This record gives sequence, C-alpha cells and structure tokens, in this order.
Amino acid sequence: MERAIVLMGCAIGAGLALIAGIGPGIGEGYAVGKALESIGRQPECKGDVTSTMLLGCAIAETTGIYGFVTGLLLIFVAPGIFMGLL
Amino acid sequence: MNVDITGARIYWTLPILGGIPITATIVNATLVTLAVLAACIFLTRDLKIRAVSKRQVVAEFLVETAQKFVNGNMGEKFAYYGPFVAALFASSIFGSLLSLVGMFPPTSDLSTTGAWAVMVFVLITYTKIKTGGLGGYLKGFTQPIPILTPFNVLSELATPISMAFRHFGNVVSGSVISTLVYAALAAASHAVLSWLPGALGDILGAIPILQVGIPAILSVYFDLFSSAMQAFIFCMLTTLYIANAAEE
Repeated sequence: MERAIVLMGCAIGAGLALIAGIGPGIGEGYAVGKALESIGRQPECKGDVTSTMLLGCAIAETTGIYGFVTGLLLIFVAPGIFMGLL
Repeated sequence: MNVDITGARIYWTLPILGGIPITATIVNATLVTLAVLAACIFLTRDLKIRAVSKRQVVAEFLVETAQKFVNGNMGEKFAYYGPFVAALFASSIFGSLLSLVGMFPPTSDLSTTGAWAVMVFVLITYTKIKTGGLGGYLKGFTQPIPILTPFNVLSELATPISMAFRHFGNVVSGSVISTLVYAALAAASHAVLSWLPGALGDILGAIPILQVGIPAILSVYFDLFSSAMQAFIFCMLTTLYIANAAEE
C-alpha cells in the first residue's frame, strides 16, 4: 500500500512538474513574434535578429528544462529513494 | 512493447580506488575526442601557402569562422579563446550527433555537460580575479548593497548549473520523446493492423509498419537542429560570460 502511494505521488508530481513547460512556450512565442515584427520593419537586420532571438529563446527555455529534469528525477530516481526509506 | 529509457550503461569497472565505473559516456566521449583529433589531423596535413588543396580551404574556413565568432563576441583581446571555444563546439556537436548512428550520446549525460560548465565557471572566475584582483572579485558580491550578498553568491553558482542543465535537458528530452513516439507507433500499428481478418492480420499486426519513416521527421529536429543549436548556444554563452566578467 505504501509503495503504491509512493509511486502514485511520484507520477502525479512528475506530471505537475511538466506544467513548467507552459511558461517557456508563451515566452518563446512572444519573443519570436517580436522578432518577426522587427524583421518586417527592418529586413536588413534579419541575421542579427535571428541569432539573438535564438539565444534568447534558449535562455527562456531553461525553466522548462528545469521542470523536465525534475520530472525525470521524480520518475527514475525518487521512487528508489523513497522505497528505501520505507 | 518495450520502452527503454535508461542512462549510460556501465560496461565494466576498473578495480582501483574502490572501483571506477567505465560507462558508455566515457567510452563514447573518448571516441568523440578521437574523431575530432582525427578530423583535425586529416584537415591540417601538408598545409601550403600557395596552390592550396580543397582540404586546406575547409580547414581555413573552419578556423576563420571560429576566430570571427570569438572576436565578434569577446573582442580582439580575447582572441586566444578561439581554440577553446572551437574545441567545446566540436565536442558538443560531435557528441550530440552520435545519436544519429544509434550510439549513446555523451551529451545526454549530466557528467559531460557538467564538466564543461565547471570549466567555463573556472574561466569566468579566473577572468574576474584577473580583471579586478581578488579584493575586487570579493567586493563584487556585496554590490550594490551588502545585504544582497547571498543572492549574488546564488546567481554566481546558478550560471554553471543552468548551462549544464540546459544542454543536458535538451538532448535528453529529444531522446525521451523519440523513444516514446517509437513505442507508441509500434502499439498503434499493432492496434490498427491486427483488425484485418485471418492470418493476414496476425502477420501484419506483428510488423510495426508505422515505425517506418515517421520517426525520421522527429530525428531531423531533435538530432540535427537541436544538437547544432545547443552547441552554438553553449559556446555563445561561454564567450558572453567570459567577456562580461572582464568588463566589471
């Protein structure tokens, strides 16, 4: 019974951790939209804008990656630790 | 249906210092190093000043691109970081592209990206101390007001952690999603084709037909685009952080 509760908690937690993916999605979409606007206004800056935008997107992605790593830890690492504690 | 998501496998254990495990990461990272070394030796063999060969043109193009990248981001006075950044880029992209041939990519192990991030962190700290002296480096933590010192220490430590996790997470998320889609396609083709009547359904249902071709689209994004992207971003951040550290 305890094992089932531990596994259930880890699985639910992993699902909740991936909610962190919402933020980077919205943020990157906004960044790309702004980049497209500025390319439309000044097409000669396309190269600079694109490379800066990709860098910014990668940094904005960090929080989503943290959520993903937390989810991985909850699925593959945490059950072993908590089962050992029981 | 078997879904196989694991970390690096341990091939064998060296019986010294209480047993050092030799994992797939170590073996493949060594292979990547040898591949980069072989490529460098092959490209730089018998260089000439006049009547250059095609090989030398490629080598010159690569070196010039790396040097231009470093000079553009860090300025001329940091031109000696060119080989370091180029080596990081080559290891990262060769390491990530190993997944194309079905081997375990060393960059999907936190140890590899963590080691690179620690190297960059040491370089950042070295540059800061060299620029402002040890006193200036320590005083930088109490800016703008002393009460912010813990937060400054935290943000200093967050730099290598976020660099390591960003590269690691992007490569691992690609391989996890590819594995899940692969398994799901096998299940889907079994579910669809086993409805066919008689022996035909039994035979076709056992062959995962949907697995042909569709995962390749994912592979183009996760293996090719994402690998190049992450290698570029890691090098970009390295150059920007080091150049930033020299300005203070």
